[in-house]
Amino acid sequence: MSAAATALTGKSADRPGFWANPIGKKAVMAVTGFVLFGFVIGHMVGNLQVYLGPEKLDAYAEFLQKTKGLLWGARITLLTCVILHVTAAFQLAGLQNKARPQKYVKKTSAGSSYASRTMYWSGPILLAFIIYHLMHFTTGQAHPDFQPGMVYRNVVTGFQSVPASLAYIVAMLMLGTHLYHGIWSMFQSVGINHPKYTPLFKKLAAVMAAVLVGGNVSIPVAVMTGLIR
Amino acid sequence: MKLTLHIWRQKNASSAGKMVRYETDASEHMSFLEMLDVLNERLIAQGEEPVAFDHDCREGICGSCGFVINGVAHGPLPSTTVCQLHMRHFKDGDELYLEPWRAAAFPVIKDLVVDRSAFDRIIAAGGYISVSTGSAVDANALPVRKKDSDMAMDAAQCIGCGACVAACPNASASLFMSAKISHLGLLPQGQPERMERALNMVAAANEELFGSCTNIGECEAVCPKGIRLEFIARMNRDFLKASWTFRADRVEGD
Repeated sequence: MSAAATALTGKSADRPGFWANPIGKKAVMAVTGFVLFGFVIGHMVGNLQVYLGPEKLDAYAEFLQKTKGLLWGARITLLTCVILHVTAAFQLAGLQNKARPQKYVKKTSAGSSYASRTMYWSGPILLAFIIYHLMHFTTGQAHPDFQPGMVYRNVVTGFQSVPASLAYIVAMLMLGTHLYHGIWSMFQSVGINHPKYTPLFKKLAAVMAAVLVGGNVSIPVAVMTGLIR
Repeated sequence: MKLTLHIWRQKNASSAGKMVRYETDASEHMSFLEMLDVLNERLIAQGEEPVAFDHDCREGICGSCGFVINGVAHGPLPSTTVCQLHMRHFKDGDELYLEPWRAAAFPVIKDLVVDRSAFDRIIAAGGYISVSTGSAVDANALPVRKKDSDMAMDAAQCIGCGACVAACPNASASLFMSAKISHLGLLPQGQPERMERALNMVAAANEELFGSCTNIGECEAVCPKGIRLEFIARMNRDFLKASWTFRADRVEGD
């Protein structure tokens, strides 16, 4: 057997598998990120019913609570996606530290977006926010006056606290930057990059990030300005 | 023009290095490396150790030269190796920081010189095609779509300088690997090994401790040969397909 043939076939046994490989992990992050992105859109559309008044929003919340299949199906899917996404991110961040043990004295960015360079910051901040958000509006421990089932009222009383509203606004800006890179990057990670489509993905990313930040931030702002009471 | 240089000085692979400050004169007609040559002449005359840096052709095609200038691999001019960068792009009184490529896979040998043999090992893992011996095949016997050959040539521009690794915040070799995988994978001659090539080159890069790609595009911005992120997507595609459809080798007697 020639040396070339040995190099080609000899390694198959000890070659790392799909998950052990950074490209595999990135593909998992892309797919789970896509699911989470889809959820964030649905979540925002549902939340915007706050503008239709207490009856509408509370009825919507009650519908979700009663439809156990949908509720738990979504919860399990989302939890799985978050676990995979975060695990891959942590492992890849560890690899980053090993791959560049000695930092540059001076490093200037030549062509990357601020959003793309700060994924390792926006990600953990969003994770912390998700935990706070669940304790705020789902389980209620972080809410000053939580009333189970009274979603509209909980939103209004929750956002009347300025620190809570500010935390939400900051978190949504983080979500915006995370998605500004993430929405087009997930296509690249699974191997889709084409001069015809990639510019569209980048535009889609910018538009969707802006829509999500605008839509979600509007709610605490509406409460603080007294538009919703 | 007068320049202040802060240069990474490191005696050898095992010693610790540090930034050392130098004042020097340069003409705007000099290339960056000629400016360093002049500094080195002076250092030698003073009985000091000259600054070691890699260089060979000095016409931007060999891939030997390269270091980081003020935080940008190959310096501020796009699509240019450091040997083709001229001092007219700088101004009198500039303060420049010169550092070697920084990556675990590229250990510093001396000053601005790093050991890039990790790239050679990645190439050995799959960056080749098998060609039968005998007389050469007629050049036009194997049709290649024009757009494919153009793209293969774009990818083949890669000179393996390592700037992509240096610029990447993750010290990933993805742009380099993707250039080789695309260059060969776009042509009919590269098809027989295509799937194993993606698996083996990617596995070799992991073994060398290169980082993972986060699609941020710093590599594309500094690449002196204009290799595009699109090729990384192509590599991801080949790798994912090969990884999902891989069949174990058939062993004689099974």
